[in-house]
Amino acid sequence: MIPAAFDYEVAESTDHAVQLLGEHGDDAKLLAGGHSLLPLMKLRLARPSVLIDIGGLSDLAYIKDAGDHVEIGALTRMCDIAASDLLRRHCGLIAEAAGQVGDPQVRHRATIGGSLAHGDPASDPPVALLTVDAELVVRGPGGERTVPASGFFTNFFETALGPQDLLTSVRVPKLAAGTGWSYQKFHRRAIDWAIVGVAALVERDDGTVKRAAVGLTNMATTPLRSAGVESALAGRPASAEAFAEAAAHAPEGTNPPSDTNASAEYRTALSSILVRRALEAAVA
Amino acid sequence: MRQISVTVNGTRREADVEPRQLLVYFLRETLGLTGTNVGCDTSTCGSCTVLLDGQSVKSCTMLAVQADGHEVTTIEAMATNGELHPIQRAFHEHHGLQCGYCTPGMIMAADSLIREAAGPLSEAEVRIGLEGNLCRCTGYQNIVQAVMAASQEMQGGVKARAGKGGGS
Repeated sequence: MIPAAFDYEVAESTDHAVQLLGEHGDDAKLLAGGHSLLPLMKLRLARPSVLIDIGGLSDLAYIKDAGDHVEIGALTRMCDIAASDLLRRHCGLIAEAAGQVGDPQVRHRATIGGSLAHGDPASDPPVALLTVDAELVVRGPGGERTVPASGFFTNFFETALGPQDLLTSVRVPKLAAGTGWSYQKFHRRAIDWAIVGVAALVERDDGTVKRAAVGLTNMATTPLRSAGVESALAGRPASAEAFAEAAAHAPEGTNPPSDTNASAEYRTALSSILVRRALEAAVA
Repeated sequence: MRQISVTVNGTRREADVEPRQLLVYFLRETLGLTGTNVGCDTSTCGSCTVLLDGQSVKSCTMLAVQADGHEVTTIEAMATNGELHPIQRAFHEHHGLQCGYCTPGMIMAADSLIREAAGPLSEAEVRIGLEGNLCRCTGYQNIVQAVMAASQEMQGGVKARAGKGGGS
């Protein structure tokens, strides 16, 4: 399979990339690792007339300690996120989710910025970032702005990024000490997308759930937070019974797809099971 | 057309390519290096795996222009002076193939996996590490044994394992 023909531009800097986006308008797409975009182009589901290659902007590939948060450059590869001691120490959920993307070859190329900008509700890192209340830094023609992860994913493969915007980094809050986490991904074959995935954070205070955050992968047209599960857990004992009761709320507010991998009904049932497993694993 | 310069198997190669040309077709058709196979063409099967700057990648999911200025290593560069690479020898000794179609990709993926590890690989690490490579003949058992044997030979001198995992 060969992509449709396109013009190819190489961005020399972040500003140059924004400028090129301005010149080429809606027909241009940014190319980072290409592991979401190129498969779509090979299937001719996407036919951008211009590709702007930002893969060489090495100043956007970093993971650094920024005080109360860890900042991840948009061009950081999944393999480097998965292996990051800094992230494992302060927000292991993000490293874990990045390590469950695709396979080693995919993780050598796929970038965190590409994954977010693609806006695939079946992708693992977006849900993990939504669950930890990450903040996204965007450079556009009007300068830089930040967008909370909760406001970034607007619809099926749609995000808050405008046609001239470039996602430059992600700010991941450091978790409070003693916060447990888990990412549960259910799929049939090793390299597949999640049929359903669940990210969970549980912050405890003396055996009681002080705060829980639960995110759902592939249960709607966007990554979702499960408000029903979260509110059912607040102030409850961190016990198997409380987790099972809260997990029953997982389907609330979801709109899961039916496809060749699973029916919506199957996903609905699976979501409660995986939420319970994720909560139990987070405090184990 | 765009001019690119890619160091392939240690030799700098310059060519004018169409931006939409995939790296695997640049290797196979432009350079005549047909050791790298195309299997599924959807970044699933791993038979097109090559090394980009030493890391395994699926060359069907990369444009040739993205390799401009980088180093690519293919199966053709693994044996030196007619002597098999330790991974190739291990596949031979452990009968890690039947039809051989997935083998170049398996070997390149295994090379990246072995060099990224801090010591000899366990069976579980090999099985997870090769999750991006499919074989439809062997049931994987002999492939796993071959990669473990090669890992032992290539990394046997390294004893201490650096901690890779851990909680938050």
